[in-house]
Amino acid sequence: MTISVTITVNGQQETRDVEPRTLLVQFLREHLQLTGTHVGCDTSQCGACVVHIDGKSVKSCTILAAQAQGAKVITIEGLAQDGKLHPMQEAFREHHALQCGFCTPGMIMSAVDLAQRNPNPSEETVRHELEGNLCRCTGYHNIVKAVMAGAQAMRG
Amino acid sequence: MYAFNYHRPASLADAAKLLGGASDGKFIAGGQTLLPTLKNRLASPSDLVDLTGIAELGGISASGGAVSIGAITKHAAVATSADVKKAIPALAKLAGGIGDPQVRNMGTCGGSVANNDPAADYPAAVVGLNATVHTNKRKIAADAFFTGLFETALEEGEIITKIEFPQPKRAGYEKFRNPASRYAMVGVFVAETANGIRVAVTGAGPCVFRHTEMEAALGKSFSPDALKGIKTDPAKMNSDIHGSGEYRAHLVGVVAKRAVQNALG
Repeated sequence: MTISVTITVNGQQETRDVEPRTLLVQFLREHLQLTGTHVGCDTSQCGACVVHIDGKSVKSCTILAAQAQGAKVITIEGLAQDGKLHPMQEAFREHHALQCGFCTPGMIMSAVDLAQRNPNPSEETVRHELEGNLCRCTGYHNIVKAVMAGAQAMRG
Repeated sequence: MYAFNYHRPASLADAAKLLGGASDGKFIAGGQTLLPTLKNRLASPSDLVDLTGIAELGGISASGGAVSIGAITKHAAVATSADVKKAIPALAKLAGGIGDPQVRNMGTCGGSVANNDPAADYPAAVVGLNATVHTNKRKIAADAFFTGLFETALEEGEIITKIEFPQPKRAGYEKFRNPASRYAMVGVFVAETANGIRVAVTGAGPCVFRHTEMEAALGKSFSPDALKGIKTDPAKMNSDIHGSGEYRAHLVGVVAKRAVQNALG
């Protein structure tokens, strides 16, 4: 049995017939071919799959596509505008906040949500708020620098 | 995950009817515990009935010396609510410490309470504050609600609508997190309520419980020192790869003192 799910993804309304057990991350990656959102642990711990639902960061490996019916979803592909990186993406590039890059899409989506709630976060706040995102390369140091710089760039 | 049917009713009556009509249905709210369970194939419900489309289950209201939290209210909303922060800051702190920011944007108060995970935070607040669990059928007192490991007084098809937390004179919550999972290995909610001191312990045993010896001691003197020398029975604690019963029993004393300190501000 399939159900029809309609989600506005990066500004575009998408409708697909999917099995009810389809996860949001599967909907994005397999049905819409938006593979920027990664599956790392698949157990809602690592945060590689973080996307925004109605402006709030969530783990798309632990949400059914059906639960996002009618919602507005933003993925990493939706951040850059007119060929120009989002300030948080630019800050990650500038501060070399990645090595292998696998965690980066989720890290950036969490960071954007963080900066929207805390326009001027302290280092302690950034480290605490990134609790749900794991990076196995960098030791977080440059990620924290990038998030603080990205937050500053976002507030203009 | 095994396959299931999915429903998203807009009313409590429809939700109850859909569950009743399913061969083995389950309610889902935020799904932050249920979906991992399904992904591990530890459960195989025939139908999921999503409660988050039922408007009357949402919202936070404060009046008459109590804060009511609708069952589908997200942890993030409780943590940042001006009403909750003003009336029961310890409850806002507890909600803001659940999981991580992404989990708090999906997980719900009612879901946590209905699931009664032994390491969940909310049961400690429900018992510690002597809250009342409202359902589509009745009101259930905190002390009668949590009945055992993942067990509650909820009947088949019964839906939590809201949880009413009386405002305490003062309260504090503290937890000791497992360093990997970040779940509470021990969490203690201490409250001075209109009807005396309540101490609720989560994470340590198979189900949240009241520590009556600590309650009596704090009734005489509401200070961390009052808890000195009070023992917790290791045989009643969980014992697993994360910690022995003795370890957890010791932690209960340490964490309870910190919770009292928090309550004192």
